[in-house]
Amino acid sequence: MATAALFERRGFMSRPSATTGWWSWVTTVDHKKIGILYGFTAFIFFLIGGIEALAIRAQLAGPDGTILDADTYNQLFTMHGITMIFLVVMPMGVGLMNYFIPLMIGARDVAFPRLNAFSYWVFALGGLFLYSSFVLGGAPSGGWFGYAPLNRELPNYGMTFYSLGLQMLGVASLAGAVNFIITILNMRAPGMTLMRMPVFIWMSLVTSFLLLFAMPIIAVALFQLMFDRAYGANFFNPAEGGDPILWQHLFWLFGHPEVYIMILPAMGIVSEVLPTFARKPIFGYAAIVFAGIAIGFMGWGVWAHHMFTTGLGPVANAAFALSTMFIAVPTGIKIFNWIGTLWGGSIEFKPPLMFSLGFVSMFIIGGLSGVTHSIVPHDAQQQDTYYIVAHFHYVLFGGAIFGLFSGIYYWWPKIFGRYLSNGLGHLHFWLMLIGFNLTFGPFHILGLQGMPRRISVYPDEMGWNFWNLISTIGSGVIAASVLVFILNAVRTRTKGEEAGADPWDGRTLEWSVPSPPPAYNFAEEPVVRHRDDFWHTKYIEVPEKSPRRVLAGGANGHDEHSEHGHIHLPSPSYFPAMAATGLPVMGYGVIYNDTGASWPLIVSGILIIMLSLFGWVLEPSVHEE
Amino acid sequence: MSQQVEAGEEEELHSHPEPRQYIKVAIFLAVVTAVEVAIYYVPALRALLVPILIVLAVIKFLFVARWFMHLRFDSKIFQRFFVTGVLLAMTVFAVVLLFYFTHGGPAPVAR
Amino acid sequence: MSAQEAALASTQEHHTSTGLDNTKMVMWAFLGSECLFFGSLITTYLLYRSTVLPDSGPVPSEIYDIPYTSVSSFVLLMSSLTMVLALSSSQRGDMRGMRIWLLATALLGVTFVGGQIFEFTDFVHEGLTLGSSPAGSAFFVLTGFHGAHVSVGILMLLSLVGMSMSDKLQPGAARKVELIGLYWHFVDIVWVVIFTVVYLIPLE
Repeated sequence: MATAALFERRGFMSRPSATTGWWSWVTTVDHKKIGILYGFTAFIFFLIGGIEALAIRAQLAGPDGTILDADTYNQLFTMHGITMIFLVVMPMGVGLMNYFIPLMIGARDVAFPRLNAFSYWVFALGGLFLYSSFVLGGAPSGGWFGYAPLNRELPNYGMTFYSLGLQMLGVASLAGAVNFIITILNMRAPGMTLMRMPVFIWMSLVTSFLLLFAMPIIAVALFQLMFDRAYGANFFNPAEGGDPILWQHLFWLFGHPEVYIMILPAMGIVSEVLPTFARKPIFGYAAIVFAGIAIGFMGWGVWAHHMFTTGLGPVANAAFALSTMFIAVPTGIKIFNWIGTLWGGSIEFKPPLMFSLGFVSMFIIGGLSGVTHSIVPHDAQQQDTYYIVAHFHYVLFGGAIFGLFSGIYYWWPKIFGRYLSNGLGHLHFWLMLIGFNLTFGPFHILGLQGMPRRISVYPDEMGWNFWNLISTIGSGVIAASVLVFILNAVRTRTKGEEAGADPWDGRTLEWSVPSPPPAYNFAEEPVVRHRDDFWHTKYIEVPEKSPRRVLAGGANGHDEHSEHGHIHLPSPSYFPAMAATGLPVMGYGVIYNDTGASWPLIVSGILIIMLSLFGWVLEPSVHEE
Repeated sequence: MSQQVEAGEEEELHSHPEPRQYIKVAIFLAVVTAVEVAIYYVPALRALLVPILIVLAVIKFLFVARWFMHLRFDSKIFQRFFVTGVLLAMTVFAVVLLFYFTHGGPAPVAR
Repeated sequence: MSAQEAALASTQEHHTSTGLDNTKMVMWAFLGSECLFFGSLITTYLLYRSTVLPDSGPVPSEIYDIPYTSVSSFVLLMSSLTMVLALSSSQRGDMRGMRIWLLATALLGVTFVGGQIFEFTDFVHEGLTLGSSPAGSAFFVLTGFHGAHVSVGILMLLSLVGMSMSDKLQPGAARKVELIGLYWHFVDIVWVVIFTVVYLIPLE
């Protein structure tokens, strides 16, 4: 066996080996560091998206607002939507999935660590690429859904940035999805059958499959838009016979699975937090798992409910109305099971639980307004009004964001080894809950009063002044709550109480390793004998009585590394980050396709990617010294 | 599915077709292609052209997938990844096309 | 286990929960995803295949040269045969045979792409372009992406040959050839669909 040849280093760059310092973050392939990168970047974008929202609310605080002109307003609401969806909710979910999937299944890392790093860098650079549009002629201003033919007609580079930036983010998501699918299917610890996996893992698996099959569809739509805008194609040009409705079909074929992609990880988090803080196993594990799978399947059959007002015809409308009503059923099953988990539990009202309770209650409200959308004549009234804005903020903010914060508070001690302050956490929760409802509750009313979406001003005599003002005040309260969180996070670095391996008396494998976990996660690969196996190493279930603590069971807070010799982990690498840079380079080439720089940029981008891929393929995943 | 099986062992358990079997499949595919093209030019068969072409395309698809891509011999898991993609694509896009063709088709046709 | 053996193990096939190789599973997942990609492109074409306003160039199906495209379809189909023969050689340890068949596959691929380019320049001369009509846009983007996929495949085939010649393909050559083979056959399958649906099925 040509062992020597395998490890011969003939490259012009030596393999990075740093484990500390900023360069180690650029070259890391460790899923935990990548998870932190995702979380941190997503949080920065959360702040930016929040500021965009505050600007919108400032403009709409009263009638005839003069703070923003119409074009700036359009850019802000477009970027707010794109940011929150693609640069906050999705990557934050992916960050937590990244950190915790290997830990919860008993693995040392994901299946393809360098691909994992690549996903992150493409996301980060893609987000920067999108935001560079603000200073390069104007950000996208056609709404996050970019309907045709406006998407191809809007002047300046904005919507071209849209077509390319979202494309890059799609590449990142697809790479991440395949990684998680193979990791979950192939890298589980011995004994961890599929039906012993934590619900969070199941939801991550379904999410990844949704990403796998939905991203290519939007990729095609975005390519078609790019060709229309930059290369004279006529996909969505009505003057030449192109059909704008085709865009809507392609967009929503992606867009509807996309909303389940955003909510399922949060549902998975809630399904971990509730049992932990009720000290009971999840109620109806199999039902929750199958409901999640059902949502994944059924999510493909409802897309046209976003198109009820486009003249699809009564048969299509009725069919999609029915399928949309049906998809409420598996979600309802989950909600009943979450309530069943809490029922009779020994409840500890700590911040992770508060945010999960917030998730369940706010998601119910958002789900209910969603069901009203499924009634086609009712939707005809609601479409393009603030009622729709209310619905999706209740499910995405009240749902996904609250769920993600629940995960952040829950898993913070594991990631950083310190607790977030409970007091500040409660303050954050209540301020956010109140602020959120003040901001978005009124949108139901405003929508039913006829206030349209995406208007930069409204006149005085419409009767919308009062609720808009309340909403703006609410947005200020949300901002305050976020400041509380930031204060909490910053304080805890130095003053946070140290957390051991198992701060919440948890049920799943991640609590069995030190906080923060060592680079190799588990000193010894765990052997799994039960669902919630970690709990069973600590407690023996006694019928009719509280579980009895096993004296020797529980987490090992010590680093057993020295007892078990060297565990080889994938080595850091330049190539993922390097390959990622090729995409924005190509992107700028397309943006500036009316200049001489265009083809050189595009070709350079391709070369960067090709050279990086060659380096990546030729370097061994573990570097031998 | 919790057994830790040496990946690659699975492969050894399955036989690989002999090169001559692959050649037979290739000849079959070439013949089917020739038939497709021939039918295209037979006026008498025009009415049945579309269904026949679809059937022949499906046959070619299946032979490449099952023999050349080894799905006939491999774990069903691989097949599931692929079939899910194929069926999902066929279903949703059939619905999209139905939307159009039950309403007289897409934008006005020139000819 | 020595450090080197452990390192070796981690770069080669590990134990997996399903017994299936990680990279092979990735390739199949990716191919499943590609079905949606090409499905969207094909659907767009099916929608727009006769969407040509007056004086906006030809309708694509009116200028297709079926015999010509049949030959290039045959070429691509045969490249799948040479691909699988390359795999067969690599599985038997015949590296020289593998390289020959890989090169044959690449050559057939180049012939296919060359034929496409020739066909496209012809169409452009006849007035069918990316911008002439939605039909033109749909045709060129669909076949263009397919051709791009073939081209990437050719690059990967040549890389395999290059790696083999500089002794960087082993261990695990057969697995790598298999993965590229799966991609290649998929691209061939997509052409099977395109040839039937785009070229052969008539307009009315």
